[in-house]
Amino acid sequence: MSPVLQLRDVSKSFQAVRALRGVSLSLHPGEVHALAGENGAGKSTVVRIIGGEHRPDAGELLLDGEPARFSSPRDARQRGVAVIHQEPVQFPDLSVAENVFMGRQPLRRGRRIDRREMHRRAAELFDRLGVPLDPTRPTRGLSIADQQIIEIAKALSADARVIVMDEPTAALSAVEAQRLFRVARGLAGRGAALLFISHRLEEMYQLCDRVTVLRDGALVSTDPMAEVPHDELVRRMVGRSVEQLYPERRADVGEPRLVVEGLTRVGVFRDISFTVRRGEVVGLAGLVGSGRTEVARAVFGVDGRDAGTVSVDGVALPAGDPRAAIDRGVALVPEDRREQGLVLELSIERNASLARLRDVSPGWITRRARERALARRWGERLSLKAGRLTDPAATLSGGNQQKVVLGKWLATEPSVLIVDEPTRGIDIGTKVEVHALLSRLAADGLAVLLISSELPEVLGMADRVLVMHEGRITAELPAADATEESVMRAATGGGA
Amino acid sequence: MRLRALLSGRELSIVIALVVVVGVTAAVRPAFLNAQGLHDLFLNASVIALLAIGQALLVITRNIDLSVGSVMGLTAFLSGQLFLADVDTPVVLVVVAGMALGAACGAVNGALVAVAKVPALVVTLGTLYVFRGLDYGWASATGVRQVNADQMAPEFLAFGSGAVLGVPNLTLIALVALLVTGYALHNWRSGRELYAIGSNPEAARLAGIPAGRRVFTAFVVSGALVGLAGVLHAAYFGTINASVGTGRELAVVAAVVVGGVAIFGGSGSVRGAVLGALLLTTITSALPILGVPAFWQRAVDGAALLLAISLDRAVMLRVAARLRRERGLRRA
Amino acid sequence: MREKVVRWEVVLLLLCGAVFAFGSSGTPGFADAGNIAFLLQDFAEVALLAMALLPIVLTGEIDLSVASILGFCSALIGVLWDAGVPFETIVPLALVAGAVLGSVNAALVVWFGLPALAVTIGTLGLYRGLAYGVLGDGAVTGFPENYRPFATDAIPGTFLPYTMIPVLLVGLLAALVVHHTPVGRSLYAIGLGEQTARFSGIRVHRVKFALFVVSGVLCAVASLIYTLRYNSARADNAAGMELIAVTAVLLGGVSIFGGRGTVLGVASALLLMAGLRNVLFLDDVTNEVQNVINGLLLIVSVLVPVAANTLRGRRRPRLG
Repeated sequence: MSPVLQLRDVSKSFQAVRALRGVSLSLHPGEVHALAGENGAGKSTVVRIIGGEHRPDAGELLLDGEPARFSSPRDARQRGVAVIHQEPVQFPDLSVAENVFMGRQPLRRGRRIDRREMHRRAAELFDRLGVPLDPTRPTRGLSIADQQIIEIAKALSADARVIVMDEPTAALSAVEAQRLFRVARGLAGRGAALLFISHRLEEMYQLCDRVTVLRDGALVSTDPMAEVPHDELVRRMVGRSVEQLYPERRADVGEPRLVVEGLTRVGVFRDISFTVRRGEVVGLAGLVGSGRTEVARAVFGVDGRDAGTVSVDGVALPAGDPRAAIDRGVALVPEDRREQGLVLELSIERNASLARLRDVSPGWITRRARERALARRWGERLSLKAGRLTDPAATLSGGNQQKVVLGKWLATEPSVLIVDEPTRGIDIGTKVEVHALLSRLAADGLAVLLISSELPEVLGMADRVLVMHEGRITAELPAADATEESVMRAATGGGA
Repeated sequence: MRLRALLSGRELSIVIALVVVVGVTAAVRPAFLNAQGLHDLFLNASVIALLAIGQALLVITRNIDLSVGSVMGLTAFLSGQLFLADVDTPVVLVVVAGMALGAACGAVNGALVAVAKVPALVVTLGTLYVFRGLDYGWASATGVRQVNADQMAPEFLAFGSGAVLGVPNLTLIALVALLVTGYALHNWRSGRELYAIGSNPEAARLAGIPAGRRVFTAFVVSGALVGLAGVLHAAYFGTINASVGTGRELAVVAAVVVGGVAIFGGSGSVRGAVLGALLLTTITSALPILGVPAFWQRAVDGAALLLAISLDRAVMLRVAARLRRERGLRRA
Repeated sequence: MREKVVRWEVVLLLLCGAVFAFGSSGTPGFADAGNIAFLLQDFAEVALLAMALLPIVLTGEIDLSVASILGFCSALIGVLWDAGVPFETIVPLALVAGAVLGSVNAALVVWFGLPALAVTIGTLGLYRGLAYGVLGDGAVTGFPENYRPFATDAIPGTFLPYTMIPVLLVGLLAALVVHHTPVGRSLYAIGLGEQTARFSGIRVHRVKFALFVVSGVLCAVASLIYTLRYNSARADNAAGMELIAVTAVLLGGVSIFGGRGTVLGVASALLLMAGLRNVLFLDDVTNEVQNVINGLLLIVSVLVPVAANTLRGRRRPRLG
């Protein structure tokens, strides 16, 4: 059967960053196609090009063998290509059925919206998907899994022939993920072509027919899923042996530095207790939405807490006060670099000094020279590749942006470093540097808490792995016992 | 149950508040409820209701129009000028001219907001003074300080104070406007898209909704309604100068928000906005009877606005807390 | 920002120069020392209001109630003076009143998380209504002769009015704080990325709260000058002045979305507007037309950067 959608030698750059270099990919009706690659390999750029958000700089996109050019996501959808995002963008005030049919509502005489027909069709779609959602209820408050189902119903109602699922399971429980797989197989069975992206390789083996591997923006291979063994798939994604990706380290663990006891935020996480010691890297694993990031936020004080204590080197931290946490030696490299780590429009040097404004301002007067010296010092130490330190942080590549964030926090001379998804969206080279840096910092006596969705990263870096599931710590595994299987079992509620 | 189906919770509370205000005022002075009192109340409320309907269309899309008072003043003054030019000008022509001028003002606002992407707050704060200035400029250029009833066509004044089966003409017009806009918002795709734009602009963009065009249209329609309100004001009061409608924007925004239209867009109804207008007008009329000087009106409008947004916020926080608790229970 | 060929402040100062050159050549009486003094004095209250607004707008918020706070404080001054309270007691009371009204705005915006636009439209009406409430629609006059010169006269030996002292003090202080202190750095960070600011240990709530309170106090200072200058306390004093203050701030190059703008820019815009207004006044242009010009200036001052951004955006695609 001929492919319904193809990318042929597609390249795409964003300013200095070459996100895709000559990538080719074909999707056939009835197949579930896996797209594999590390963070920053170019997967999301592929998704955005197929979904009509970006146009390729070079190469072409073919629909039914004909060259096509999608002017917008709507254009793509009208031609049968739909994208299901990890966290769907919806109209919270409107009903479920209206979210499905916005702009395409069935009409009665006089161009009047036929609500009954709309609700009937929506119910029918949810029936077909095997998920009983009430079409008349407002969308606000629905779980992410249900919101994804709405997006799939939307795609179905528009007769989508190509459906891209961009890390749809990242925030789903095991049960919800299985439900999604059933839906996905049903769609493929009716002749749709699915492109499936996930961080969890087992899911690919469970669901997909073929797999395409990307690395550093380039195509590595496309093969039937069953013909690529697990280890080989990892090797292709990483492009080097795991030993090269993660530094060899020998933990020299000292006294406890970060002690968290009974930390609770009602409805988010409960009774979280753990310790991170001097010289130790502790991994915090779990699904998106399991509460990992929220724990980090509460420890740091960006969010409040309902119960529990946090102390650093024996000194208790007040709740909900990041300034106090910073002053007592806690640093948090947050998950969302663009919204929480950096002020993109401010210059590199101003970003670098943001967490230590008082130190560059003796006598309450900010000294530009000190600010610049600070930025230069950390820029050199982290081998930052930047034009001028007065350029906005937005002009840097993802990897270099992350270095600015790391520099900003290391400049506060922390004793506890929490890093949340430190290598999301950065190239392999920088990734290796970041891992080496974390390892070195631990060796220098810092206590490091590493949160990551990439299991290999957690397993490769951590001396100890904590696993969260639905707001609780469900397992604590020493490095020797932590495997993908044991961690995933605990993360999906299977018990340690 | 039947009542619940007809009115949302917010609208029900407004109705209750209305009953209380009317009850207390009527207890102090029963004349408040006689035919003349009610007649005046409905006439006043009808003009504000038209403004509130127009404003609701904009607030639903996450926009705002602070220039309503000035546009209303300009169109009221236009009606006077038309009669000064020719006292036999047909009433229909005056109404159409007023609505056209209002729509033109709305188009200016709408173009700056939708095409030039200037925030509606800044645009309409600017045009508030520009339109008012044009109004005064026109007055001084033509030397017309005031237009009185005896200078207007009698049919125009009769139309303004007339009634059908005891219901004032102005109230009928406001009701028609309410029914038409309410119908369009509920039953037309473009109406639903106004809610979509206000509920989540990013999702609206992804859904391919022509947000710029919709917002522009909303400004034009809203402007036409404001223009109509200006003409009706002239017909009802019979005396116009260049200061008609000054400061009215506060009462209108307050009415809309009190009526349950979320200030961040995406939810609410024109029916609620009209109820809000009715409530605020009733309070304004009741103040002097209850011994409160009329100049407290601005304070009442401001306080009502603050109360309404605080209430919305409190409800939102409670819903969020409930959702969190429910998830917590599921997790426990 | 950096690619800009000319700084906006330079453009404004050049325009200022043009207005003053035009005024001195074309408008008789403009260049008199007395007129320049009047011109400066006439803008003292607006300048204070604009300096109150500047840091608020830098953080991405807005305060539309400034003129109403001025009006309320003026009404309060009138009532107290009418009741025989000594003026020395009235001054601190007015300042406290300004701070209280500012705190109400702050509490609603910061603690309760309400949008500043809606809140301050509400308090714009509420405070003005309260002004009528305390004073009614009459006027109080006859303020003490020993204080009035501070609002009306020039500093002996110069043509500079006394009122320039608080204005310049506030302006210099604003320039120092906004451009050379950690607080100033925080304002820009909050305006451009509030979350990042919070994650960097900046106490965003505390900063915003303080800004609204300071704004209230500056409005109270302006109300003292206004009341003494016109020797009249009325509930409708300075009604609509928020437009002129907002215009000055935005014309000064401050972004309505926060995070961009300088004190020098706002000062230049104030000077430009004061000059323009004086030239128009001397040329017998009515108040109403001046309002039209202010309204247009406001729209244009936001339109220009937005249009420039759109043009630039078309040439260079956004990152990511």
